Amino acid sequence: MIKLYDYELSGNCYKLRLLMSFLGVEYESKLIDFYPGNQHKSEGFRQINPLGQLPVVDDDGLVLRDAQAILVYLASKYDASGKWYPRDNPALLGQISQWLAFADGITATASAARLHDALFYTQIDVDAARAGANTLFRILDEHLYFAEEAGQDWICPGDHPTIADIACFPYIMLSEEGGVSRMDYPAIRRWCDRFKRIPGFTVMSGVFPAGPAVSGSIVSAA
Amino acid sequence: MSCHDRILLDDWHAVADLEQLKSGAHLKTELFERVLKVSIQPNGMPAVTLCAEGRDLPVQVKYGFVWTSLGTPDRGIIDIPEALEADRYLVSGGSFPVKVSGLRVVENFLDMGHFPFVHTGWLGEEPHTEVAPYQVELTSDDEIIATECFFHQPVASPTADGGIEVEYKYRVYRPYIVALYKTNPLYPDRMDYIVLFIQPVGPESCVVHNMLCYIKEGMSEPDIRWFMQLIFAQDKPILENQIPRRLPLDPRAETPIRADKVAILYRRWLRDHDVNYGAIPAA
Repeated sequence: MIKLYDYELSGNCYKLRLLMSFLGVEYESKLIDFYPGNQHKSEGFRQINPLGQLPVVDDDGLVLRDAQAILVYLASKYDASGKWYPRDNPALLGQISQWLAFADGITATASAARLHDALFYTQIDVDAARAGANTLFRILDEHLYFAEEAGQDWICPGDHPTIADIACFPYIMLSEEGGVSRMDYPAIRRWCDRFKRIPGFTVMSGVFPAGPAVSGSIVSAA
Repeated sequence: MSCHDRILLDDWHAVADLEQLKSGAHLKTELFERVLKVSIQPNGMPAVTLCAEGRDLPVQVKYGFVWTSLGTPDRGIIDIPEALEADRYLVSGGSFPVKVSGLRVVENFLDMGHFPFVHTGWLGEEPHTEVAPYQVELTSDDEIIATECFFHQPVASPTADGGIEVEYKYRVYRPYIVALYKTNPLYPDRMDYIVLFIQPVGPESCVVHNMLCYIKEGMSEPDIRWFMQLIFAQDKPILENQIPRRLPLDPRAETPIRADKVAILYRRWLRDHDVNYGAIPAA
């Protein structure tokens, strides 16, 4: 069985829990005491990941680090439908990769601000982190607005979400814990609600499920 | 707004987890908006300095935390016999900063009504939302005790295997210190114990230190920590979205219901003790 080196409050670990839940893939969580134990920086854990970071998966001896890399691997291996990471569509793969890199930027900004505010990472320049997060959120909000105008629900074109949506979701959803409000990003907020309604969606602490969906007829009447 | 409440200034407050402090040697923190430096001296004992005045404050180490006071403490740190029982763990679930008054955190801790909605699938689930009547009293030691609190919980503890009817007992020791006793799924006649030592950073911000005294049998320390953080991180965004961030003490504010019996007494007790820091005083 897949082993996920996991920490409940990590948005990067949550990305993998989300994908495996969407795909119905069974896995076993190996809990790492990230805070306050700092176990991810321990000698023992650095044998597994020399970077001292979560998440890591071990799938039958294949050990991988980096949430985005693991999303690519798991979707390629376990998604029989090929929709989360369409390997035969170069244009889409390029766009997915672009937004996976963007998600890393969200981690470096919105997640950093959250670490500062919520877990005593006092060395982080929180003003710079929040400003960086707002810059990225503005770009994504505009992108999603124009996608909606074109009849698209997800970050990348097509009628199905991709791992790009999964990669961007957690640290956007947790941004308020780092003092980054989503008030000014209505298209992001609508996308978050759509994301929460994907069958198999699961929460983590700090993320709540969507309310009941408004039925289509009410939307069209309005 | 600085703190003028003698009962708070003359009390002991946890300001650092000793293990955390040792890993970093020193840290800056705040108590009632006063900046403190907490450090480890060469002899291994912690020291707390009030930065603005360069003055050393009284220090005690208890329950794995560094405690200090800005005033002249006229009573000791609370006594917790459960912490000394050999068959219990004594674990910190980690200290967490929360952008809301610590008094709000206490009141949320005392509340069972939110279990099905905030801790869905863990400490409660719909449609089992009713909070049955329970008992509340103010003891001769001036503590608030709530007893006969029963709630059906799907996953009540790190070792729970399926839903059980849980009995809680709540206890408010001091304005910013609150604890609960809760049925242990393996030993129905014994209770696990969780206490929050809340550090008032400002009137609308705090650090929640906690100590978990779970019965060891069938339990591991990482699981205890995981469960505590899982639950607390569900509360955190709810707490940080409470408006106002301070706790209103006017009896007409935030109309209570029957399930809030213990909160009603808590607010009255705060009024009676002239606790205003972190509160909106009654008119």
